[in-house]
Amino acid sequence: MSHPRSYRLSFVLISVALCLALVLNISSGSVSIPFFATLSGLMGKPLEVSSWEYILWDYRVPKAFTALLVGGGLSLSGLLMQTLFRNPLAGPFVLGISSGASLGAALLLMGTSFLSSFASLSFVGDVSLAIAASLGSFLVLAVVLAVAQRIRDTMALLVIGLMFGSITSALVSVLAYFTSAESLQRFIFWSFGSVGNLSSQQLSLLTGIVLLGVLLCILSIKALNAFLLGEHYAQSLGVSLRKSRWIIIIAAGLLAGGITAFAGPIVFIGLAVPHLTRQIFDTMEHRILVPAVFLYGAILMLLCDTFAQLPNSVNVLPINAITSLVGAPVVIWLLVRKRKMIF
Amino acid sequence: MENVEKHILSTKELTIGYGVKVVAEHINFSLEAGTLCGIVGANGIGKSTLLRTLGSFQPKLEGRIYLKGKALEDHSPSEMAQKLSVVLTEPPASKNLTVQELIALGRQPYTNWLGSLTASDKEHINQSINAFLLNDLRNVKCHELSDGQLQRVLIARAMAQDTPLILLDEPTTHLDLYHKVQILKLLQQLAHENQKTIVFTTHEIDLAIQLCDKTLILDGVNNPFGAPCELIEQHHFERLFPSEMIQFDAKTGTFKVNK
Repeated sequence: MSHPRSYRLSFVLISVALCLALVLNISSGSVSIPFFATLSGLMGKPLEVSSWEYILWDYRVPKAFTALLVGGGLSLSGLLMQTLFRNPLAGPFVLGISSGASLGAALLLMGTSFLSSFASLSFVGDVSLAIAASLGSFLVLAVVLAVAQRIRDTMALLVIGLMFGSITSALVSVLAYFTSAESLQRFIFWSFGSVGNLSSQQLSLLTGIVLLGVLLCILSIKALNAFLLGEHYAQSLGVSLRKSRWIIIIAAGLLAGGITAFAGPIVFIGLAVPHLTRQIFDTMEHRILVPAVFLYGAILMLLCDTFAQLPNSVNVLPINAITSLVGAPVVIWLLVRKRKMIF
Repeated sequence: MENVEKHILSTKELTIGYGVKVVAEHINFSLEAGTLCGIVGANGIGKSTLLRTLGSFQPKLEGRIYLKGKALEDHSPSEMAQKLSVVLTEPPASKNLTVQELIALGRQPYTNWLGSLTASDKEHINQSINAFLLNDLRNVKCHELSDGQLQRVLIARAMAQDTPLILLDEPTTHLDLYHKVQILKLLQQLAHENQKTIVFTTHEIDLAIQLCDKTLILDGVNNPFGAPCELIEQHHFERLFPSEMIQFDAKTGTFKVNK
């Protein structure tokens, strides 16, 4: 709107930070590879130890790329929800969207052993996992949006989101009770959240989903800006409410659902990053915020994953523990500084 | 209907309401370019409902509404956005927008798919900012503005949308007398100098009588419409409120409390 030029320097800085976070993330891991060896490896030069080459290109680079997609995509999904719900505390996790995705995934991972009489259902592919999780998140998103039409109160909406979270986790527990140990274990590991161990097919599918979500998001930029005035004003500016609302929901659901399917329910990133981004990019203009939030989310996720790696140790912390440690204080800070709640 | 083309906005036997509940009926008026029109009436008589119906936020029940000679319901959303802009009672959803950002959103009906502003868009925005005396507030966030300032920003946004018709729902509520007059004067100036047709609802009947070119009185019966002085001569304002409490003084054009 006013002066997109003045954020050029911020974009340069944040892009440099992303490159640094990427290299830092790739250079750390259970096997110690010197930083400069990593750097030259990334430049395409052969490495002194051949196993390093394998670790670098077959494990760490795909993992870093996944973290980038997951962080950027979840943050973007959070931004979409905050604008759509006109609510600064909206986000994929808080509104129960991630729980919806969990339910979808749980139904597929554990429900299939439950319904084992249907032989065809026992096949759990990547595509079906992505579809199930996305459907679950769409379902919850649509229900929450329907409720939000009636209830304008910020806090009430959040409590409703939490309740949906409880309902879905209760359903997941019921499923877990009846399922086989093997499926349960698979689900539990999934629910810790992880950006590693994605096969190249899974990674390309995730890339496709995130790209589609980002594309829909870019197409919605003008409508998102109009929604900042409220729905009536948006309508008077020529925005087709129904169509724009659906495109935004589909984009947010695809991003949150698709990412949750592959990386597990990762908490707080979607909620916290748009607010952290506005500390640097003090604007509501979505032409600035959409790329800025994606980049910021990618950086934060890469850093969280780097910490989760516990450099030079074989132990890997669940990524959810790290994102909570980063994200929860942000939410508290938001609530304490009410002024920042003005969205 | 002979000069329906000349009129920016006209209604014929319009009935408004919600579903089966009729709020007001027999609403007939027509407005030419450059007219400032106030809609007055008691609480709950249907002023806001009428404005929402004219802005097509809710469907009419019966009758016809013409916008520049074309039925209101035949307009596509984008066509409508270039003919009609609104100022509503609800505050903008995000008060984190700066004054300039908010006013710039008024150019959306003319910008490309990304909303990039052209030189002509920027000129419209600057004109609106200057017309509503907002130059010093350009980069101030909306949550830092007073009620009167925010109202000016919202009207400036409607002006930037550059539509022949502007609808405003109670633009002077919550303002002190000075700022009420300021807003109405600015609206009058906008109507007369830029040839805009401006329709607003208000409770400030005495101000409306002094400043409006036309007035529509919603009285629940035949809803008289005309120039304020004609309506005074025809004793329409007397019937607006029960006479035991307040009385209309036709000489001064104001209401007096019965002692």
